[in-house]
Amino acid sequence: MITIPEIPLDQFRDEALKLRNEKQMDYLINLVGMDWGDRLGVVYQLESTVTGEQIAVSTSTTDREKPELPSVCDIWKAANFKEREVYDYFGIRFINHPDMRRLFLRNDWVGYPLRKDDDPTDERNPLRMENETTIDTTTELELNPDGTLKDKENMIFEDREYVVNIGPQHPATHGVLRFRVSLEGETIKKIDANCGYIHRGIEKMSENLTYPQILALTDRLDYLGAHQNRHALCMCIEKALGVEVSDRVQYIRTIMDELQRIDSHLLFYSCLCMDLGALTAFFYGFRDREKILDIFEETCGGRLIMNYNTIGGVQADIHPDFVRKVKEFIVHLRGIIHEYHDIFTGNIIATQRMKGVGVLTRKDAISFGATGGTGRASGWACDVRKHKPYAAYAKVDFKEIVYQEGDSFARYMVRMDEIMESMRIIEQLIDNIPEGNFQEKMKPIIRVPAGFYSSTVEGSRGEFGVFIESKGEKSPYRLHFRSTGLPLVSLVETITCGAKIADLITIGGTLDYVVPDIDR
Amino acid sequence: MFDFSILTNRVHELLISSMSEGLAIFVECILVGVFILIMYALLALILIYMERKVCAFFQLRLGPTRVGKWGLLQLFADLIKLFTKEIISLKSSDKFLYGVAPFIVIVASIVTFSCIPISKGLEILDFNVGVFFLLAASSTGVVGILLAGWGSNSKFPLIGAMRSGAQIISYELSVGLSILTMVVLMGTMQFSEIVELQSTGWFIFKGHLPALVAFVIYLIAGNAETNRGPFDLPEAESELTAGYHTEYSGMHFAFFYLAEYLNLFIVAAIASTIFLGGWMPLHIPGLDGFNAIMDYIPGFVWFFTKTFVVVFLLMWIRWTFPRLRIDQILSLEWKYLVPIGLVNLIIMVLIVVFGLHF
Repeated sequence: MITIPEIPLDQFRDEALKLRNEKQMDYLINLVGMDWGDRLGVVYQLESTVTGEQIAVSTSTTDREKPELPSVCDIWKAANFKEREVYDYFGIRFINHPDMRRLFLRNDWVGYPLRKDDDPTDERNPLRMENETTIDTTTELELNPDGTLKDKENMIFEDREYVVNIGPQHPATHGVLRFRVSLEGETIKKIDANCGYIHRGIEKMSENLTYPQILALTDRLDYLGAHQNRHALCMCIEKALGVEVSDRVQYIRTIMDELQRIDSHLLFYSCLCMDLGALTAFFYGFRDREKILDIFEETCGGRLIMNYNTIGGVQADIHPDFVRKVKEFIVHLRGIIHEYHDIFTGNIIATQRMKGVGVLTRKDAISFGATGGTGRASGWACDVRKHKPYAAYAKVDFKEIVYQEGDSFARYMVRMDEIMESMRIIEQLIDNIPEGNFQEKMKPIIRVPAGFYSSTVEGSRGEFGVFIESKGEKSPYRLHFRSTGLPLVSLVETITCGAKIADLITIGGTLDYVVPDIDR
Repeated sequence: MFDFSILTNRVHELLISSMSEGLAIFVECILVGVFILIMYALLALILIYMERKVCAFFQLRLGPTRVGKWGLLQLFADLIKLFTKEIISLKSSDKFLYGVAPFIVIVASIVTFSCIPISKGLEILDFNVGVFFLLAASSTGVVGILLAGWGSNSKFPLIGAMRSGAQIISYELSVGLSILTMVVLMGTMQFSEIVELQSTGWFIFKGHLPALVAFVIYLIAGNAETNRGPFDLPEAESELTAGYHTEYSGMHFAFFYLAEYLNLFIVAAIASTIFLGGWMPLHIPGLDGFNAIMDYIPGFVWFFTKTFVVVFLLMWIRWTFPRLRIDQILSLEWKYLVPIGLVNLIIMVLIVVFGLHF
């Protein structure tokens, strides 16, 4: 359980600046909108990359008609998209935020779905048969020097700009993500990311489901990090309930997480190669990924949506062949991974396409909260497994891969090297899986005690977090997933401006976002 | 070596004996036209099948296997599909340009195809400026591509067409320079003579290093001319969905598709005609017995073998390399290939002037 001190609204801006400058809280992990009935608020989870200290604060307003909070998007760049998300869900307008548009829902949506008094059956939101109209303007709530507020209209694209739509159906966006790109010849002038094409309202759904039911949704967030996502949620609930899972479960979960990471990175390699036009390399990755999926299938029954972790353990004990097959797979992959580098890494065209393209500085990476391989390629050591070890990670020896360049090639190499490290982790664990229960005895109805809880794991593409506010009921009062992909999409504009249209594809490929995880 | 002109002359005499000369030539023109179209369609089918199988084996797959033995009928199934598909007309496109573009592309490709000597006596368009004619005919294809991009009135095709224009016009230069280098060595621009001259050895062996350099430059530039990987930017799937032919469907799309494959064949065929002796068998001066045995193999077998070896080479390149970026493609051409080509041309001139070649 975490305690969240509330800062009064009028002091919030100063306090936030103080946290950033004096306590060096440079990494905004989470920005969670809240509806506490009488007031609407936001919880900020912060971390200092200098001292490693974590803190959570909140602020709120009692005005439900016109809720307005000061924006922090100039302090932490990550807040830009996250405040839009809060606006989308709760209708809280952020003062001085340059782009107050809905992030996930349609422009013509009426109401704010995560408010507790919102009526989901509102007939002003029918099933619309016409397409959403794209708007080229956005509003900003500007604070005048004399303290009054003014609505200001900001242009996103001018009338005469050559705006090309990339997505939502496009081979290179890896899912239904839409970019609107303003071009000057082949050069990108401005880019605007539109999310929400696979928004399913998982956070809203969770508020009406019991905890074991919610588990089924986590695999559907980042489908290449299904084990890790579910691991995070189970861990969070177990922590809240005070349940200790057996060592066996810890080992199995760790091995599964690492297998999943290899699976995800192999797919990353394949898709990046395909985006850059190297179709043969695409098949190399899929050839070997298939073997991991076979291993998953034997133990979990599923290949993509595994439904394996449960509160207090795992769904079923590992298959008798599991240990042998995993060991065989590692020997196989170690023997064959040089092919990946032969056909792609060393290729002059591939290196020319990636080196120096889409450089993300360390400062920006932290400010945007771009964790995972992207952050580590920019020199930010942000591996949760290393800095806040969970499950069996404290017991294994592995290297945190950090590159300093911050370009696409570094992002690519981080992931290729992480495959090797993941194999090392599995090798250390696979022969020593202790005996024990694979599932603790749990109560039939799980009620999490009242309070705030959070947990983080290192997902396949960054820090995946779960934030729960419980009122002691059998379903959470508010549940928020820290998306690993949303920060990655929010920084696309920063690193692509001035690049070529082909570089956008490289950058998108190496950032390695998964769209269902962004939209949730 | 069998001379096909005996056969064609006999047909000519047969026709003249039964009708006036003008009519006979007219009938011959139609026969030749039909022959070209059949060859064109057949080669396209073979090439597409070959590409599918070759790329499948590079990619740990089997390629088509279901329709017919070894998937042989797959192509016919695809062809029927293309024939029966609706040709979509776009609301705001330039109807005339949009409609005419695929025909320009395919006609340019067919005319170029007619210049290639397939076997002894089997030359369709053969005159003293054959090389010039071929370069001119092949470069009209880009007009079709530009019109397709413009006429579609859509953004992706327009970017694709612009890329294609910049790329093809640039690489035209390298193709021209490398062929010019060989023209200096050959001393003729007539294709039949070019092949005859190689009876004492293929030009790639006769021309020392410059011929080899010209061959490599030609292959790179030729590959770029056909818009195939790693130079497939105009239709870069992951960037522009399908580039200049995004908005085309049915047979209009098929024309682009066929022209692309036939251009691959044409590039390979010119490479084999100019550098590898065309239909001329492998002759090694001094080994008369060996040469005589080689002569027993018919010319068209030699021609197609050489051409398909080059085609295989180009497919190998395509399925191995990632795609270049537009600025990289242009700097490769203007900063490397053109200067190298020019120096190569001068060296070749010196070699020919001082008679240093074989």
